[in-house]
Amino acid sequence: MRLSGAEILMECLRAEGVDVFFGYPGGVVLPLYHKLGAYPDVKHVLVRHEQAAAHAADGYARVSGRTGVCLATSGPGATNLVTGITTAHMDSVPIVVITGNVARDLIGRDGFQEADITGITLPITKHNYLLMRASEIAQAVKEAFHIASTGRKGPVLVDIPKDVFIEEADWDGYPTDVSLRGYPIMDIPRDDEVAVAADVINSAKKPIIIAGHGVVQSGAAAELRQLAELADVPVLTTLLGISGFPDDHPLSFGFLGMHGHFYANMAADRADVVIGIGMRFDDRAMGRFKDFNPTARIVHIDIDPAEIGKNFHTHAPVNGDVRETLLRLLPRLEPVSHPQWRAEIEAIKADHPTNYIDEGTAVTGPWLVQALAEETEGQATVVTGVGQHQMWGAQYYPYTRPRQWVTSGGLGTMGYEVPAAMGAQFAQQEPVWSICGDGGFQMTSQELQTVREHDLPVRFAIFNNGFLGMVRQWQELFYENNYHSVDIGQPDFVKLAEAYGIPGLRATTRAEARQVIREAEALDGPVVIDFQLEPEENVWPMVPAGAALSETIESAEDL
Amino acid sequence: MASRNTIVAHVEDRPGVLARVASLFRRRGFNIESLTVGQCEEPGLSRMTIVVDGDDHQVDQVCRQLFKLIDVVSIFDITYEPMVDRELALIKVSATNFNRREVLDVVEMFRADVVDVHSDSLIVQILGDEGKVNAALGMFQQFGVLEMVRTGRVAMRRGVETSKPPPVSDSQQAAAAVRAMLGRRPEGVLPFASD
Ligand SMILES: Cc1cc2nc3c(=O)[nH]c(=O)nc-3n(C[C@H](O)[C@H](O)[C@H](O)COP(=O)(O)OP(=O)(O)OC[C@H]3O[C@@H](n4cnc5c(N)ncnc54)[C@H](O)[C@@H]3O)c2cc1C
Ligand SMILES: Cc1ncc(C[n+]2csc(CCOP(=O)(O)OP(=O)(O)O)c2C)c(N)n1
Repeated sequence: MRLSGAEILMECLRAEGVDVFFGYPGGVVLPLYHKLGAYPDVKHVLVRHEQAAAHAADGYARVSGRTGVCLATSGPGATNLVTGITTAHMDSVPIVVITGNVARDLIGRDGFQEADITGITLPITKHNYLLMRASEIAQAVKEAFHIASTGRKGPVLVDIPKDVFIEEADWDGYPTDVSLRGYPIMDIPRDDEVAVAADVINSAKKPIIIAGHGVVQSGAAAELRQLAELADVPVLTTLLGISGFPDDHPLSFGFLGMHGHFYANMAADRADVVIGIGMRFDDRAMGRFKDFNPTARIVHIDIDPAEIGKNFHTHAPVNGDVRETLLRLLPRLEPVSHPQWRAEIEAIKADHPTNYIDEGTAVTGPWLVQALAEETEGQATVVTGVGQHQMWGAQYYPYTRPRQWVTSGGLGTMGYEVPAAMGAQFAQQEPVWSICGDGGFQMTSQELQTVREHDLPVRFAIFNNGFLGMVRQWQELFYENNYHSVDIGQPDFVKLAEAYGIPGLRATTRAEARQVIREAEALDGPVVIDFQLEPEENVWPMVPAGAALSETIESAEDL
Repeated sequence: MASRNTIVAHVEDRPGVLARVASLFRRRGFNIESLTVGQCEEPGLSRMTIVVDGDDHQVDQVCRQLFKLIDVVSIFDITYEPMVDRELALIKVSATNFNRREVLDVVEMFRADVVDVHSDSLIVQILGDEGKVNAALGMFQQFGVLEMVRTGRVAMRRGVETSKPPPVSDSQQAAAAVRAMLGRRPEGVLPFASD
């Protein structure tokens, strides 16, 4: 059968089982939009800015575990995607990005709205393609989905010139195979590496696990739990590892790092064996590298060989998928218990609890997150922006289900909260809670229109402190209290919501806050809530930039 | 701990591959001393010889990061292997009737070739390892080097061993082959060292 490039692309998306994708039209993708009507099962969601298309695909992917898809036109459409692609790349989120480009004969001649998007995205994609023939589309799309969703996942971009959408080629069905010599799947670990790791773990007296995003991505929460219980190992997570191990488990000791739990940082600092599982020893998680627990032996399970030994010397490296590795590791472990070690961390936790809530009526970030947790019974999928509200969301909500927590970690992209929550909502029925900064919300609030159009039940909870809070905190603590450009003005968020036809609620006291959370929960569609927070609340604990985990401070007095 | 390391990579012969490799080096802050690309025995693949500066850890990272590029099919660090390495240089030396004989003596000493003659200059072509090229260059400097170009190192392991992509039939074998290629990492338990 002969089909146009546009039809071939849509047949491929259909064959991949893509039920929704996020896009924005423009000149060079018009031949594609011309065909979209024929593919109603591959639902196109019109966003209001291309950045949102990429974040929505990312949010969809993180919640569903499937590959998210977005689409933009050439030039400015494509470049608007860059922040979203980089966000996905830093956190290894599987998305396939389709861009249009100028017609083939204009490429390289500065054609109208030409941008070298494959060049621009070289360092921020796992791989990318510029297709010069309609006959290449099917195989390239097959490869793109394969590459995005296997191994260490990530974004793959497919750039298609306008006339390639129009050109016809043979369509013999979606390809079934890929043959990529330079891309072997590294799921299964080597026996000898697993054996060394088992020896190190079996000989540990004070082990800890640091569980990362890879645990969630590998679908290995059950195996992780078995490992922790069998070898009696306290579990910490990274920021992105949150939800990979249930927060209510007796072996759960929070997340470590710059704004991690105090006891998590101390446990990491005192352990004799650190078992990093599907995490990349990021500086925000580990503090100053050279002073991270210098006597610990390190076991590192990671699917990406380049992560092993990148930041730390690893004593027992295991290259492989988390789940595949744990399945092979478990039978080699001796059931043991470490009561003294657990008691040591429990004691630190008792002395330095995180669930500290002051009395009073003012709405603080920690209080609000706990109120949200109570009202949603800890079951909500939570998406956040970047800043103080993000850290409170991480610290105070009890996550028990993998993929319940969605945040931009590696790039730390403000404005992620609105479109990512929107994308996440397309992946599930139950309402998504989006914990927003008043700064971040203003970066992408145009998507309220998209949310309204699709009647998505996202609850946007704006943590409105009137400041770019996290930056203000740094100016207060490290720049002599010299506030500059952090007192961020804002529209009336309630009216703004209403202007989009979305109910807007406001709360200034704790009593009101509980009230509006309940009101919001009762709504079927979207809602925006303006929670007026204490303006100058800080996030604690904190590892000052460049300090070691052992130097975690719990208030400004410790500075 | 060699500071000049030799890496042999086989890459898919596709447009943009060189840009991918270059982009990676730039982004990761690795220093390329030289990079040569050309055909190899297998159609569809190109062979790169890359000389990089750095300690063992850095070179290990270079190989691991390079291998993440989908178009990179194989990667071998042959720094510590017995190998033949060669470089070609063209050196335009200032030479007049007055000193041409002396210049030619040096050419002969290095078993180099004169490939162009002009009343005021000669182009000398010299082939050898970098030590030889450096030494020759040093000698020619006394006459005045007007222009010089070096190709950078190409290298090949000695003996029957090759740096070719290993043949693989299933994904298990492929993974094993990759892990063997990225084998610089010391095995077993070592004293802790970070950063
Ligand atoms: C304001 C702010 C504050 C922050 N504070 C902290 C903090 O206090 N603590 C903290 O931890 N982070 C913090 N971060 C986030 C931090 O920057 C990193 O994003 C985070 O630490 C990375 O977590 P990760 O290594 O688990 O995940 P990723 O960066 O996603 O890395 C995942 C790792 O797992 C591997 N992997 C993926 N899939 C698999 C698989 N199937 N099998 C095996 N391995 C796999 C990958 O190769 C990679 O090495 C902060 C970010 C912001 C914006
Ligand atoms: C796109 C982008 N620009 C700038 C920053 C730097 N930054 C990090 S946190 C922050 C403040 C965030 O303010 P807000 O969204 O109001 O959240 P809060 O910290 O007050 O909870 C800024 C500006 C960023 N992370 N992302």
